[in-house]
Amino acid sequence: MATRTIRVDMIARVEGEGALDLHIREGKVTRAELRIFEPPRLFEALLRGRDFREAPDITARICGICPVAYQMSAVHAMEQAMGVEVGGPIRDLRRLLYCGEWIESHALHIVMLHAPDFLGFPDAIAMARQHGDAVRGGLLLKKAGNGLMRLLGGREIHPINVKVGGFYRVPDRAEFASVEEELKRARHFAVQLLRWVAGFTFPAFERDYEFVALRHASAYPFNEGRIVSNRGIDIAAADYAIVFEERHVAHSTALQAVIKGRGSYLVGPLARYNLNFDRLPPDIQALAREAGLGPVCRNPFQSIVVRAVEVIYACDEALRLIAAYEPPAAPAIAVEPRAAIGHACTEAPRGILYHRYEITADGSIREARIVPPTSQNQKSIEEDLRVVATRDIALPDEELRDRCEQAIRNYDPCISCSAHFLKLGVHRR
Amino acid sequence: MAPARRPRLAVWKFASCDGCQLSLLDCEDDILALAEVVEIASFPEASSAMSKGPYDISLVEGSVTTPHDAMRIKKVRRQSRHLVTIGACATAGGIQALRNFADVDDFIAAVYATSRYIKTLATSTPISAHVPVDYELHGCPIDKTQLIEVISAFLAGRKPAIPNQSVCIECKQRGTVCVMVARGTPCLGPVTHAGCGAICPSFRRGCYGCFGPMARPNTTALAREWRLLGASETDIQRVYRTFNAATEPFKTESEAHGD
Ligand code: SF4
Repeated sequence: MATRTIRVDMIARVEGEGALDLHIREGKVTRAELRIFEPPRLFEALLRGRDFREAPDITARICGICPVAYQMSAVHAMEQAMGVEVGGPIRDLRRLLYCGEWIESHALHIVMLHAPDFLGFPDAIAMARQHGDAVRGGLLLKKAGNGLMRLLGGREIHPINVKVGGFYRVPDRAEFASVEEELKRARHFAVQLLRWVAGFTFPAFERDYEFVALRHASAYPFNEGRIVSNRGIDIAAADYAIVFEERHVAHSTALQAVIKGRGSYLVGPLARYNLNFDRLPPDIQALAREAGLGPVCRNPFQSIVVRAVEVIYACDEALRLIAAYEPPAAPAIAVEPRAAIGHACTEAPRGILYHRYEITADGSIREARIVPPTSQNQKSIEEDLRVVATRDIALPDEELRDRCEQAIRNYDPCISCSAHFLKLGVHRR
Repeated sequence: MAPARRPRLAVWKFASCDGCQLSLLDCEDDILALAEVVEIASFPEASSAMSKGPYDISLVEGSVTTPHDAMRIKKVRRQSRHLVTIGACATAGGIQALRNFADVDDFIAAVYATSRYIKTLATSTPISAHVPVDYELHGCPIDKTQLIEVISAFLAGRKPAIPNQSVCIECKQRGTVCVMVARGTPCLGPVTHAGCGAICPSFRRGCYGCFGPMARPNTTALAREWRLLGASETDIQRVYRTFNAATEPFKTESEAHGD
């Protein structure tokens, strides 16, 4: 049988550049690899010798789409190392900033990156000719998220206002007025967006994943909580390395994370939702049900619906935090260096983001370790690909390729956090 | 008369965080209108329709850190009538240029268990070290209104109206009190290229130079002032060695301080 090879230069509509290698021999999928070739930027190395207070600004530059996640994991890890706890209004402002990033990042993914797959368009601009209201609504939503980031962070990409111990400057109540109005409007668009995506056609596909997310005593998780799974993991961030390990594989410049002795796991909206459905307010649970979701969703193609649910939650949570806001006495609490190790895990839009730092007595970073969500999902993505390709093997190459790309986009992979230039090839023999 | 052909735009990524190209998608009010006047011919982050060159304007994000990318940028140049670099990575080598001050093998060993699968160059270099560049936009990240201005200027065949002064001027323009004078906070504003709108001082924070050096900055005089405000030699070295560390003025000044 002749070998058939299809090539596209790169997977589009993901952050960063990646490729898939799919080998089909005599009607069987023999290999499915998501290839990640990020020219390594070597952050863990360049952090060595830097001051612990520089970590939030430096690590933000790992990813322009989720800089707040990096800043949050960095400040929490440093505060844990220095034995400082930040609570009250500063804690609330951090959560609020995170709401902004979730809204911005999820709206971008839903409307600009993922919806075109379901409706058969190359991009949101082409899609806007037929679905103008949805695209414009999504853009308004994204803009509201960015507005919140600008107010609290100074700018939407690489905010400048986050520091270990708090913020450089905090807003007074009056400064929230226009953002509050915008968020109220955005909330309305978020509900419309949920109804819109709920009407898409989803391939019937379920797998029995191990979901991993944070879980907090009372809130849907952003900054805090224990790392839990549906198969019994329940640990503090400091124990991350006991349960998880990173492996270096030949086809990737991203290290792949696995659960020791068990293998792949899934992080991100699906995992968060499944492990924290009971932490969503009843009206949002009702909206999720109306959109066809149960309390557990195992179909990664429906992650777009879960993202839309999380956007509504983030709008409501932001409005709640704004309504309750009283400025703190000081924008930050003082943090003095000491020789210590600090760990933190927070919920980036794409899933848990783990940081670990070893600090010397003078406050210099001796060692850094960062595990982004996409490295953790990489193995799950590859397993999904194998199942999808096996099931849909009869499709013509082009359709099979589209289906596989869509399966990759289910994860909203942030290849910049870990990845780069790859080729997508289907090899048939 | 035949209808005018829309100019063709392409966006390219090298070693970067995607933040600068995201600035284009962050133009929520303008992106649909922009797509009417230009043909977005290749923008993989936003569209799976990637059409072949030549392109009228190429926006290039990211620095060159691999042998493969050193070749790829030459191909991009050949297909582009105008090539504009966007951001500190593409314009100055970015934060990843900190490897230029170290041994890259040590760097790789710090991240990976084995260097067997890793192909990388010893340095991170700006695009201009490899091909001629028509315009360089500063910032980590760039400012999106400046991006729209540069695209419009190239479309209209005029020079972009981007000021070349220091961040200090922007503080004056927005009426921010000087954080160095009023609060004794060390600030890189006097030597840093304008463009962000002086965000940090308006949050009572000193500028950390993410837009890189202005033309003819007096970095040494500023370092002296920093000493007077209590900064250590290491502090001074660190602040000149961030997102624009490989630019000549910041590199030279950083080498005069620290251990
Ligand atoms: S210059 Fe900064 S914001 Fe732009 S791509 Fe590089 S790291 Fe990201």
